[in-house]
Amino acid sequence: MFTKAFWLQLSSPKTFYPVAGKLIPWFWAITLILTFVGLYYAFVLAPGDYQMGDSYRIMAIHVPAAWMSMWLYIMMCIYAIIGMVWRTRLSDMMAGALAPTGAIFTFLALWTGALWGKPTWGTYWVWDARLTSELILLFLYFGFISLRAAIDDPQRAARASALLACVGVINVPIIYFSVKWWNTLHQPMTVDASGKATLPSEMLIAMLLMTLAFWAYSFAVSFMRVRNEIMEKEKNSAWVGDTLGGKK
Amino acid sequence: MISVLRWAIWRDLTLAARRKAEILTTLLFFVIVVSLFPLGVGPEIATLAEIAPGVMWVAALLASMLSLNRLFSDDYHDGTLEQLIISSQPLALLVFSKILSHWFLTGLPLVLISPVLGMQLGLDSDSIIILMLTLLVGTPVLSLIGAVGAGLTLGVRGGGVLLSLLILPLYIPVLIFGAGAVEAAQTGLGVEAHFSLLGAFLVGSLILAPIGAAAALRISLD
Repeated sequence: MFTKAFWLQLSSPKTFYPVAGKLIPWFWAITLILTFVGLYYAFVLAPGDYQMGDSYRIMAIHVPAAWMSMWLYIMMCIYAIIGMVWRTRLSDMMAGALAPTGAIFTFLALWTGALWGKPTWGTYWVWDARLTSELILLFLYFGFISLRAAIDDPQRAARASALLACVGVINVPIIYFSVKWWNTLHQPMTVDASGKATLPSEMLIAMLLMTLAFWAYSFAVSFMRVRNEIMEKEKNSAWVGDTLGGKK
Repeated sequence: MISVLRWAIWRDLTLAARRKAEILTTLLFFVIVVSLFPLGVGPEIATLAEIAPGVMWVAALLASMLSLNRLFSDDYHDGTLEQLIISSQPLALLVFSKILSHWFLTGLPLVLISPVLGMQLGLDSDSIIILMLTLLVGTPVLSLIGAVGAGLTLGVRGGGVLLSLLILPLYIPVLIFGAGAVEAAQTGLGVEAHFSLLGAFLVGSLILAPIGAAAALRISLD
């Protein structure tokens, strides 16, 4: 079943539609289970921090949301490039479907960061390098979404927004390394790519579980968006009529 | 290649010389925006000198952004752009020459008038020199990055507002280091780091932006 031809077929909306439909409930289930377990680890099992008390527990949401905000931008860009190079409609749709989710995670990272900043830094917002660049990321998502919405021709919209995504992707490494490059208020990374962690292990588990939960959530909602878009674009083709059981 | 570059720049400058008002509008916009701040913030010279670098840079950003609409739109409407795209010369080169002449007409005048406005806002002479130099290095970056956005929004409904949404986030690094250099000069700190970064932006966008803008134009005129 899982031959090369099968994977290539997935890039056709007609094949992808039912497969995504089958996967969506599973992704929702993973999201719910991991969120519950992750939050249980974060709020019950993890010990309080000796400096920040209980307020640091928000990092189980804040850090995964920030990771996902950057990761989804990269994924969006990769899909956009694939769509530009091979002209596959589904990749364009995926890029478009990931953008709102990415924007939401960016907003969530900023919002939880503000709530965390108040008890620890004494202020909701500072113009620190990392906060500013995360805010720019939010603007980039908005720009991508509005450029896509402003152009009527779907092909042109997809290609134009793909180019914009590629220009904006420069910002992602800037966010990631901003804490190392500029020594401003935001604390250094508690977990970096080399795997060193300066955290209670329960909190680390909570963060990883929440990251996977957010990941599954992104899959679930972007698949739902793509399915809607497929329906809208292919509404005149025969297989849509067959799937929905309507008149041909 | 050089002759193509020279021809394209000459053409744009000649066209602009026939409509001098358009160059002046950008310049006047810059002057008026900067003059609004003393009226809004109050005429205290110490406060003004403190905010001057940011004010000048934000005004330069807005002025450059407003002029971007005209970068390709005239050629787009009279069909010249299509001829440029199907010509045998590399499109990136033609786009580069358009950006260059656009900067001559909109960026350079801002650089030249900035000392006068800097004095109005109470900047000392050292800071004014630094301000001019940052604008000299920074405004070409604005034109270059902006060209990609101008290409993408060509012929799009509500293109002007959309352009600002796309381009202003990308301008932020230039703003930070441009204004940062002047602030560093005011407080007596070194400005080399800021200039190095601005220079890096300039070199990077000089290479990548014409290619990006050419790709954007091909998408828009597909």
